[in-house]
Amino acid sequence: MGYTLAEKIIMRNTKRSSVTAGELLNVNVDKVMVHDIFAPFVVEKFREMGFEKVWNPDKIVFVYDHLVPTSFIEDFRHHKIADAFAAEQHIKAVHRADGVCHQLMPELRYVVPGQVVFGTDSHTTTYGAIGSFSTGIGYTEMAAIFGTGQLWIKVPPTLKFTIDGELPNGVYSKDIILRILGDIGADGGTYKALEFGGSTIKGLSISSRMTLSNMAVEAGAKVGLIEPDEKTFAFSGVEGSQFQDLKSDPDANYEKVFHYDASNFKPVVACPSNVDNISDVEALLGTKIDQGFIGSCTNGRFEDLEVAAKILKGRKIAPFTKLIVTPASRSIYAEAAKAGIIGILVEAGAIMNPPACGLCCGRSGGIVSDGERVIATNNRNFLGRMGSPKSEIFLASPATVAAAALEGKIVDPRKYL
Amino acid sequence: MKEAFKGRVWKLGDDIDTDIIIPTQFLALKTVEDMKKYAFNPLRPELAAQIQPGDIIVAGKNFGCGSSREQAPEILAALKISCIIAKSYARIFYRNAFNNGLLLLENNELYDCCREGDEVSVQLENSQVLLGEKSFEVASIPTDLLQMVEAGGLVPFMRKRNGK
Amino acid sequence: MGMTMGEKILARASGKEFVKPGEIITAKVDLCMSNDGTTHLNIDIFEKQLKAEKVFDPKKVIFIVDHNVPSESAKTAQVHKKMRIFAQKHEIPFYEGTGVCHQIMIEDFVVPGQLVIAADSHTCSYGGLGAFGTGVGCTDFTSVMNTGEIWLMVPETLKFEIEGSFKAGVYARDLILKIIGDIGANGANYRIMEFGGPAVKNFTVDDRVVLCNMAVEAGAKTGLVEADQIAIDYVKTRGRHDMNLYTSDEDAVYENTYQYSLDELEPMIAIPHCVDDVVGVTQIGEVKIDQGFIGSCNNGRIEELRAAAQILQGKKIDPYVKLLISPASKAVYLEALAEGLIDIFVESGAMVLNPNCSVCWGSCQGVIGEGETLISTGTRNFKGRAGHPNSSVYLASAATVAASALTGKITDPRGFVV
Repeated sequence: MGYTLAEKIIMRNTKRSSVTAGELLNVNVDKVMVHDIFAPFVVEKFREMGFEKVWNPDKIVFVYDHLVPTSFIEDFRHHKIADAFAAEQHIKAVHRADGVCHQLMPELRYVVPGQVVFGTDSHTTTYGAIGSFSTGIGYTEMAAIFGTGQLWIKVPPTLKFTIDGELPNGVYSKDIILRILGDIGADGGTYKALEFGGSTIKGLSISSRMTLSNMAVEAGAKVGLIEPDEKTFAFSGVEGSQFQDLKSDPDANYEKVFHYDASNFKPVVACPSNVDNISDVEALLGTKIDQGFIGSCTNGRFEDLEVAAKILKGRKIAPFTKLIVTPASRSIYAEAAKAGIIGILVEAGAIMNPPACGLCCGRSGGIVSDGERVIATNNRNFLGRMGSPKSEIFLASPATVAAAALEGKIVDPRKYL
Repeated sequence: MKEAFKGRVWKLGDDIDTDIIIPTQFLALKTVEDMKKYAFNPLRPELAAQIQPGDIIVAGKNFGCGSSREQAPEILAALKISCIIAKSYARIFYRNAFNNGLLLLENNELYDCCREGDEVSVQLENSQVLLGEKSFEVASIPTDLLQMVEAGGLVPFMRKRNGK
Repeated sequence: MGMTMGEKILARASGKEFVKPGEIITAKVDLCMSNDGTTHLNIDIFEKQLKAEKVFDPKKVIFIVDHNVPSESAKTAQVHKKMRIFAQKHEIPFYEGTGVCHQIMIEDFVVPGQLVIAADSHTCSYGGLGAFGTGVGCTDFTSVMNTGEIWLMVPETLKFEIEGSFKAGVYARDLILKIIGDIGANGANYRIMEFGGPAVKNFTVDDRVVLCNMAVEAGAKTGLVEADQIAIDYVKTRGRHDMNLYTSDEDAVYENTYQYSLDELEPMIAIPHCVDDVVGVTQIGEVKIDQGFIGSCNNGRIEELRAAAQILQGKKIDPYVKLLISPASKAVYLEALAEGLIDIFVESGAMVLNPNCSVCWGSCQGVIGEGETLISTGTRNFKGRAGHPNSSVYLASAATVAASALTGKITDPRGFVV
């Protein structure tokens, strides 16, 4: 009998010749990431547990991104505590203002294919896009990993999503994952591995793949995996020959297999206030919006800014409407600046923020008040996530958001492409 | 862990996400005691002040979906909720809850039968929840998880491991 | 007896041939502006207390959202929303996320000889274009917005005669810090600070604005520089041609005259917690910093960004220092982008922010915590201005801030500039 990609990575990690879904086992943690909001709590729990030294300082990465730039008087405390702990424990990988953790981890190659990685953030599933078994945990478990380098997991059963064919113009990986969430529901993947494959997925850039894996957690999934290929190996700077085991077997035991024809996908929007409340853009035309947001670990990458620039070039966003753009990392900002993309966005009237979580995490960066509507490229539209509980959040692709900002209402982005 | 206990029901819906349980804006407050006043703030801002020790939350499916913020179960534990009985839970929340000594029970029918303010009794020994005359079965909790809840969570468990 | 240029502007605005210090006049206002720092209060007074229905002239009332951009709370967002609704209703110019209000006013509205009233103390910046700008509170502002008129007492004028030229690494910012240090935070109380002399004639508009902007930090009613061809060119290239040019008469009466030479000037630092507690950078000693800020209506323009970029180019800031850079306006941002300065900042490790008040206003971006130290090109270093009451703010030039961000302590920029 064959194995799924999730099982293969776990087998590689535990050096076992077989594993079964549902089995509980200890994995050896290859890398962990802690971001600024939870750093003080990890440190506190680590000490409460009676640990003195971290198991391996080179396997720990700190990223400050939720509280960057600091917006409130207490924010700095998180950075100071993390700085002091990193210095004490000889943790060298500390990123203080370089971007969103989930962008930096793969971009800076802290995570490479085949690894088992945990982060104190639910969107740690993002690294599944490069074939890493990665998932979010709480700070207590993180403290335990800091001390021991190990964590127990239950081997998840896998739902396979096979997507073949060519995506229509104006349709992106964000539209794919939103559609899937609508189909299986916000708990449709609870404690399962999602595995994305098929010719459409093969054709996607690493950035687009990250969008899929990132939102796997919105279906409750443990991980969202994609088989690493030549694109992945080039992105991660590794020799592909060493990762030939990271393929799911044809006779792997999937709990369920879903088939999609890419040509049937359309631009879609997740409506307030659930990620699985999916509607075709066509059904929402004319819905007034006050603010657009392009950014986050879901959709703040170069290609996302590029498509927004394509739509906004030579145009102005609607009066009394805001468009907030927050690149996912420092290098994306620099690259987009050099490519003339930032110039186009700012000319059009976009408000450029430095790379960080920004509005997505709801701490600052464009918080809204009662009755305001936001259309955003990030991953959650929960009640009150961006400010007032009386505001509303719609989730969509960068193209759909850019087009909406131009007109101050939801429109079909395909008319601009 | 008490084998049997009673509690008053607060009823919440499906997909009660972590941002409803504790919004991001309150995550940088210094202590869990400061944060617990804002439990369920976006949905029912008055609720945190009304919850009494020993109360029980009954909810629909996918309770705790969303972020990995552990303050979500921590503040519910700090409000001294005796347990949550939901149709299902999101997985990060599930782990975080047990790691913080918060008991989670699963049952598909209770939610549709009970009203807010009802009293239910929980009998862990035989995995039953009683609402008046009716009884509902909950999946039994593995003994080691129950022991962790009883010990107060993963921290005391690790302390023991480290001989502290 | 002659008049100073400030007196001449007030005479014109009040329809008089001649005014003298101490006289109370009623003047017609050419422009008025309000930002999100206080506009919600202005709107309340306007609508609920004055029960006013119309602004005096929709072309002359300008609302600018710049203090908390983008908003950090639902409360702030509510203020912005209120401004949007009012602006739409009254069809007045409205800006959001486009830059610091005073820079937008200078780029898009102000011409020499105008009287401009705004609900912000740094309205004195417009003196850089030879316009009389001054800040007022909510009640005054609301009345101006309604009637287009204001009563003013004609101030005495202090003259600052500047000669010589800046040494490399020394800027207009250092000069104004030096002057405020010399005359004190109330040294020009209710006076006009008129800057002139051979050096100022060669100053760019940016440099002139730097001087006038901080006049209020010496307590002045406004700061002024005579509008000359440099100022005329500035507004004409932006499509504005109607203006009144005033020069002070030979026999104008000044309360006092001060002489400064730029030749001897060194980089200056205002130390916590007063703007007039100023020392030369060579006397500052070892001061570790946690954060640097380059921006604000005082020092976020292209020339300051160039000075900072020259120092940061190809280098990395100290890993423990946060450097936040907020160009003063969208136009400045785009100019900096075109010149490659934004790339230099991003690659040096700085955070490039959207154009807004940012750290200078201290409530939205780069808020500092207890015990932290900030070196800033902002306008004020009052206790708690940038965050926690027990934090420290040093004021310096953009070059000094950039050099300090590289080393992690307050540093003389002259070692870094050619």
